[in-house]
Amino acid sequence: MAVLRFFVTAATTFLGLLAVTFFIGRVVPIDPALAIVGDRAPAHVVERVREQLGLNLPLYEQFWIYLKQAVSGDFGTSVLTTNPVMADIARVFPATIELATIGTIIGALLGVPLGVLAAVKRGSIADQVVRVIGLIGYSVPIFWLGLLALVLFYARLNWVAYPGRIDIVYEYTFTPITGFYLLDAIWQGQWDVFWDLFRHIILPGGLLGYFSLAYISRMTRSFMLNELSQEYVVAARAKGLSETRIIWFHALRNAAVPLVTVIALSYAGLLEGSVLTETIFSWPGLGLYITNSLQNADMNAVLGGTIAIGVVFVSINLFSDVLYRTLDPRTRSR
Amino acid sequence: MIHSLHKSFRVLSTSAAFGLLLAAAPQAFAATPADTLVEGFAIDDIITIDPGEAFELSTAEVTANCYSKLVMLDPSDTSKVIGDLAASWTTSDDGLTYTFKLKPGLKFASGNPITAADVAFSFERAVKLDKSPAFLLTQFGLTGDNVADKAKATDDATFTFTIDKPYAPSFVLNVLTATVASIVDKKVVMEHAKKVEKTADYKYDTDFGNEWMKTGYAGSGPYKTVAWRANEAVIMEANPNYYGEKPKLKRVIYRHMKESSGQRLALENGDIDVARNLEPGDLDAVQKKGVLLTSAPKGTVYYFSLNQKNKNLAKPEVVEAMKYLVDYDAIGATLIKGIGEIHQTFLPKGQLGALSDNPYKLDVAKAKELLAKAGLKDGFTVTMDVRNTQPVTGIAESVQQTLAQAGIKLEIIPGDGKQTLTKFRARTHDIYIGQWGSDYFDPNSNAETFTVNPDNSDEGKSKTLAWRNAWDVPKELSDASKGALLEKDSAKRAAIYEDLQKKVLATSPFVIVFQQTEVAGYSPKLKNFKLGPSFDTNFVYPVSKD
Repeated sequence: MAVLRFFVTAATTFLGLLAVTFFIGRVVPIDPALAIVGDRAPAHVVERVREQLGLNLPLYEQFWIYLKQAVSGDFGTSVLTTNPVMADIARVFPATIELATIGTIIGALLGVPLGVLAAVKRGSIADQVVRVIGLIGYSVPIFWLGLLALVLFYARLNWVAYPGRIDIVYEYTFTPITGFYLLDAIWQGQWDVFWDLFRHIILPGGLLGYFSLAYISRMTRSFMLNELSQEYVVAARAKGLSETRIIWFHALRNAAVPLVTVIALSYAGLLEGSVLTETIFSWPGLGLYITNSLQNADMNAVLGGTIAIGVVFVSINLFSDVLYRTLDPRTRSR
Repeated sequence: MIHSLHKSFRVLSTSAAFGLLLAAAPQAFAATPADTLVEGFAIDDIITIDPGEAFELSTAEVTANCYSKLVMLDPSDTSKVIGDLAASWTTSDDGLTYTFKLKPGLKFASGNPITAADVAFSFERAVKLDKSPAFLLTQFGLTGDNVADKAKATDDATFTFTIDKPYAPSFVLNVLTATVASIVDKKVVMEHAKKVEKTADYKYDTDFGNEWMKTGYAGSGPYKTVAWRANEAVIMEANPNYYGEKPKLKRVIYRHMKESSGQRLALENGDIDVARNLEPGDLDAVQKKGVLLTSAPKGTVYYFSLNQKNKNLAKPEVVEAMKYLVDYDAIGATLIKGIGEIHQTFLPKGQLGALSDNPYKLDVAKAKELLAKAGLKDGFTVTMDVRNTQPVTGIAESVQQTLAQAGIKLEIIPGDGKQTLTKFRARTHDIYIGQWGSDYFDPNSNAETFTVNPDNSDEGKSKTLAWRNAWDVPKELSDASKGALLEKDSAKRAAIYEDLQKKVLATSPFVIVFQQTEVAGYSPKLKNFKLGPSFDTNFVYPVSKD
């Protein structure tokens, strides 16, 4: 029953997502035919392409045709790259996942301990420092910080590589297998490639990590404060348990349950929301793909990308639900 | 497992911190490889690299380096044409038949020999596909039905081309230097051809390899295209079978970079060898760091045009007043410094008959007088569609200020390029600011679009710039323009265009502001890096590296 309900909800979500994206795409005052034939095409060529695309049909009919094809797994061809949209997404999505994963790893590994620290030493200098770090992460726009970081670490200090995912030099010597370049490089033992990839990913990954750190550390702090004021903590102290054990074993274990949801949501947020980061760092991922397609009125690609993000979002939610159940025994029986 | 979480946390966070520190270790900088030229270039206009379909400026540069044509512009004097694949050619007495003899022993990159049959096939393919640039060939009377007859191989080395009117030979040959006249490898193309359904407007059961050619390659130029990835890169490699002088570098990479500032950073750090889209501010900056600059005027003019459907803009006095309300000197000295020069006539410098008269200057008093005469003493309000890129945004703002001095309130509607163009093509704008690049290196390209409009109704088939601004061109001007096309004597032909430019300058609803100068910054390591007089003459094969 629950499974059925889940699928109905998911299907409705996707239908709504498609409809909204589709109609927004069609009311944008850009002629998609121009994207195919270019700026300088003669009028009769533009008109012929409009016919071929079915742009002269009523909107609802166009949507119906699109829907029928989408259900059978055909998301059309991208105008810009001339590849099937799904093939494009399979190519660009690993780049986004790689970046978001690095970001989340950095965010969680640093954010959780910092949050715990802030909660334990509440009101101390350490707490204030963590608060300021979080505040900056919350409030400074990523494009500004991204450009600043580029000017400093790339232009001035030359510590990191030029925006992009890999150096032009390696584009010939390196054949990715899975599309997750870092893993592929390790797998093939190409350490110079790995180093180059690392120099490319560290700045955008670090920035995304910082932003998720800001969020995760604030949430950890408040979950931990909540746990530390519980009676079982007092009981544990009374029993003479070491403070380290109380904090890291008892309190954090309980705080970990909602924290998993927070981290999962922040991961999902990075997967769909790194459009700006990808643009600034020329990262050939899903965000940049959708942005470029949107600017070219390449609606098949935009719709396909939106669906991909929807699928990821729904799956991560599902996944964190499952994880929640495993971590919190009380939810299992229900 | 959670039992030991605190330890793992420490280990992991320490290693993450180490990772960050490691990244901070200063690195010897990775320069571009010695056998590769890397250019930073905004190539997002490329939508296909099939020469039978492509009509974009960046694509013209790629195809020019990777394909050969029968004839090409003489790089030292662009008013002349020299042979590329053709060793020689003759014109029949009636001016209708051109016979080309191919050079001996030519080969495509694939190793297949280049024969006159390939030439005929290339013409047939472009005409039958009927994509954006096909009109360049069909204007000579070629159609899908007669092309096999009009463009044919009489033997392996002889190709004859028959046209419908005795056009000026300079016009015919100039058109044959365009991308659409590139010669493709018939065997390779047809191996990749796909069966398609015949429809009412496409009468053939093959796509002539078009789908594959959008990203594929079947040519014979100094370089071959290895890959094009939209909005990412174009990668070319030296063609070992090229008949001419061998390219110096093994590889050329055009890397898509949209922003001037990004290109500047990458050039200064040695990540690219050439930056192609530097704006005036960045040009100054890179020069101070030892980067070299090279420039060449291009066949592109920037203008703003007044839609004659707007009843205020349709008044001749207003049209004239507008030409006095542009601060040409200020624009030339700042906004387009290094990337253009003030130019008010419709033919760009370098083309046959081009005039360099720039009679208009900012003159608010004169403009006010004209507006008063038009009954618009207190001015009026009007909109301008502006694509959000430089230098047009800057120029629009400058014009906004100078128009205000005469009481005209200009509202700028910013938009993305495709958005403003959609509106312009539908004739729903008031004022549009944009650029026009010659379709081929011949005065007729601009003369036609600025001065010919056979049907000014909304259903008009010929959607020239004159049509897009609803300008009902005086018959005298259109006739002069069409007459020049049949004038065999080049000097007389030039004289017709000179006269036409003066009249258009005085009365047309086009305020032409400047001609583009293409400028590139390049690393001092490069030798022989030059820009050509047109986008399809920016050749990279002479470039070498220290």
